[in-house]
Amino acid sequence: MTTLRDVKVGESATVAALTGAGALKRRIMDMGLTKGTRVYVRKVAPLGDPVELTVRGYELSIRKDEAASIEVTGVAQGE
Amino acid sequence: MAETTIGLAGNPNCGKTTLFNELTGSNGYVGNWPGVTVEKKQAAWRADKSVTFVDLPGIYSLSPYTPEEVVSRDYIVGERPDAVINLVDVTNLERNLYLTTQLLEAGRPVVIGLNMCDLLKERGDVIDATSLSQRLGAPVVEVSALRATNLDALVSKAVAAGKAGEIPAGARCFSPEVEEALGKIATIVSGSCDANLVRWYSVKVFERDSEAVKQLHLSSDQLNQAEKIVKAVEKARDDDAESIITSDRYDWIAETMGACVKKAPKRLSMSERIDKVVTNRVLGLPIFVAVMFVVYYLAVSTVGTWGTDWANDGVFGDGWLWNPADQAAYETATEEYDAGYYGDKIDGFLAAADAAGLDTADVSDAVAALAEDPEDADAQAVVTDFVAEAGAAGIVATDVPMHDGDGNFLDANEEVVTRIDAEGEPVLADGQELAVIDAVTAADFADAVAAQESAPALEDYGSFVPSVPSVIEGWLAAAGASEFVTALVLDGIVAGVGAVLGFIPQMLVLFVLLCFLEDCGYMSRVAFVMDRVFRRFGLSGKSFIPMLISSGCGVPGVMATKTIENEKDRRMTAMLTTMIPCGAKTPIIALVMGVLIGGSDAWWVAPMFYFLGLAAIIVSALMLKKTRMFAGDPAPFVMELPNYHLPTLKSWWLHVWERISAYLKKATTIIFAASVVVWFLLEFGFANWEGGNGAFGFLSLMDGAPEYYTDYSLLAIVGNAVAWIFAPLGADTWQAAAASINALIAKENLVSTFAVIYGIGDATENSVTMWSGFAGMFTDASGILHVGAMCAFVAFNMLDAPCFAAIGTIRRQMDSPKWFWFAIGYQCVFAWAVGLIINQLWELFALGNFGVWTVVAFVLLAGMIFQIARPMPKTEREDEKILSDLSESAA
Repeated sequence: MTTLRDVKVGESATVAALTGAGALKRRIMDMGLTKGTRVYVRKVAPLGDPVELTVRGYELSIRKDEAASIEVTGVAQGE
Repeated sequence: MAETTIGLAGNPNCGKTTLFNELTGSNGYVGNWPGVTVEKKQAAWRADKSVTFVDLPGIYSLSPYTPEEVVSRDYIVGERPDAVINLVDVTNLERNLYLTTQLLEAGRPVVIGLNMCDLLKERGDVIDATSLSQRLGAPVVEVSALRATNLDALVSKAVAAGKAGEIPAGARCFSPEVEEALGKIATIVSGSCDANLVRWYSVKVFERDSEAVKQLHLSSDQLNQAEKIVKAVEKARDDDAESIITSDRYDWIAETMGACVKKAPKRLSMSERIDKVVTNRVLGLPIFVAVMFVVYYLAVSTVGTWGTDWANDGVFGDGWLWNPADQAAYETATEEYDAGYYGDKIDGFLAAADAAGLDTADVSDAVAALAEDPEDADAQAVVTDFVAEAGAAGIVATDVPMHDGDGNFLDANEEVVTRIDAEGEPVLADGQELAVIDAVTAADFADAVAAQESAPALEDYGSFVPSVPSVIEGWLAAAGASEFVTALVLDGIVAGVGAVLGFIPQMLVLFVLLCFLEDCGYMSRVAFVMDRVFRRFGLSGKSFIPMLISSGCGVPGVMATKTIENEKDRRMTAMLTTMIPCGAKTPIIALVMGVLIGGSDAWWVAPMFYFLGLAAIIVSALMLKKTRMFAGDPAPFVMELPNYHLPTLKSWWLHVWERISAYLKKATTIIFAASVVVWFLLEFGFANWEGGNGAFGFLSLMDGAPEYYTDYSLLAIVGNAVAWIFAPLGADTWQAAAASINALIAKENLVSTFAVIYGIGDATENSVTMWSGFAGMFTDASGILHVGAMCAFVAFNMLDAPCFAAIGTIRRQMDSPKWFWFAIGYQCVFAWAVGLIINQLWELFALGNFGVWTVVAFVLLAGMIFQIARPMPKTEREDEKILSDLSESAA
């Protein structure tokens, strides 16, 4: 299964499922990354981690480890 | 008129702080919510004092996971404010409304303020506020917190809604099967809670939120019934209940957005353009380093330090000159005066006269008297007679050594002679020549004495402003206060409070810069850039700022931890950040450098202490992360990167003032008390010197008290009593213990305490006499300098509890006696362990000494390595807030 971690900078994808649990999962969902949401990977930090996403019209930063708990489909170039 | 309380809720960065400041003038109460390090702010409305606002922390959700969220929901559901104002950032409406849907269920009247509508108009988007209000089932008001427009209307609506008790029904935001399930659950819980909270608790039961379910005290039968209802929906949707609720909310919001908001075609906003450069993969790091350098340079190296020097040396020191031209003139005059070496000439000639058999005791007193009062006729007569007598005897002092401002010998190249022998005579290297004045005649002596009169003095300049202590001294003298009262007020109280106030200029500079970075949105980018580094040892990128600041001063450093979102990280950073050497610890570093390398320019010694601090923080963080207090899943680093915007001057200043006034109010009390206690210990004692009667009293005023009476003080007794603690560190003298205690007032006191204890007067960390005195403390009878013991002592003082100012700030930040004492205790124990390990390893490897403490040192070292290396222990998931099965909570 593809996760958000595998999505490259400049690509976007649709959230299919969240595999995490507890506080982390809830936090990711509270920030608007729910099933069916379209996410654009805007950039990666200078040291390679975390990444910056555009979701629901705002910028969100998330670590790659956390991105790995988000399964995605429909990876495509551009926003 | 009845009191009205209004809670202000909203996402972080939605302009809530601006709104609060605008409504209240920010003169309210700032504290922490009980038991957590989350800030609680409360103040009355400017327009009507009967309305009180409680500023809730900025949150994204009312989930049970973070302390901010728990505090907010406990407040709204438990303490029941009359109304809630939900401020919403319309430039980010979709995510902001998520919290709104939850607030509407919480059973209190809610009024929604649409903030930043002006920005939205610039963007070209249009919001239909009326239909939004209809869909949400609550009043909506368009406002601008920044420009203070429509705020009165917002508050009036909230007050009216509170009076009328208009509880919103809650948006019907869930899909039909969920609404149906919620309806069934509502019949189960309706008997167990307030009618207004049925919707709230129905959703919480559906989410299996253990905190909320607990409050309902449902029977196991009721819980089993509810569980069946939830299970059915979960099965139908093939998802867990918590996710279903969240997804439905967002789906409903997306639908609402479509109905109420007309979006203009997307353009690249200014914020996005800035961000493209600022956190660019290539330019990101250089820009970050440049920004941090500017902050450090202004706050720590230049403006901030000038401010601190001015406050400490001027306002609380010798007074100061407000005119920079006078200051420059004073400095030139001082330089010229120093170049005359008048003091050396006087001392040298008196020594020569003494050697020739003349009586010089009266003369040196007279010279000292003339320095105070050049018109002193008696002293003048003594000096004149002496000059005549010495001139007649043909006394000439030859090869009089020259000293610099720190009292050090100089060589022919005007370099400091860095070694002296036990008698204080200079020890010269091969080819080094002492700088001397070839000959001083009686006439030269007379000139030197006369020149003393022309010694530049600050008070001779027109723009002189006397120091606070001297002004208070004047008042006390005028009021006829006794010597004891004068000493208590000046040395105990004024000096202690002065030490606190002295930080204000530096903190001002620092907070002006930091509040700007915070308000404009760059601070979260700092965390974004630095996170990779700090997560390695279990912290997040946000811990960087406090540590950077602490290299200047720990007080604002600890205060800067406020910007860390995760509570565990916040506590740990507040605990550890003062281990970075601050400005006040640099004299200690200079002292050690002097002893070890004779003050030569070995550039690598000072950075070593910063590495020691950094290493201590990393080791501590790695160890503490695995303790029960800090254990748990690593904090999620899911962080919003807010849009950049320029803060207004007013909100910027209010933000700065809030930080500084909070420091002043809270920190001063504890520092004040602690300073007086240490002063008391230092000045009181028993007259046990030769010829003393053993009575207890104020030492400096007792008959026959020696000039350096600290040996007989209570501090010496306390030092003796606790000296055993330092014995394994190789410094089992009361002086070491006393200096460490005194250093708690201000770390640089460590050096001055030694000067007092060893009777070397005004020697500083740059004085060779001080180096030899300090080295002497660690030199045993056979003349071996125990470098390990010295380094252990210094390491202890670098890492242990910081000064009272910083301790007070930690107490304020933690706002919990348990956490405060844990922090201070950890710092001291850790510092002691590091000292022990350094000393014992040095003793073992350099001298081959082995003993019980060597074993202890190895055990401690092994323990530390084990704690760092061992895998993260499996913790019982106490932080599990969502039940996997509702019937569990019945047990």
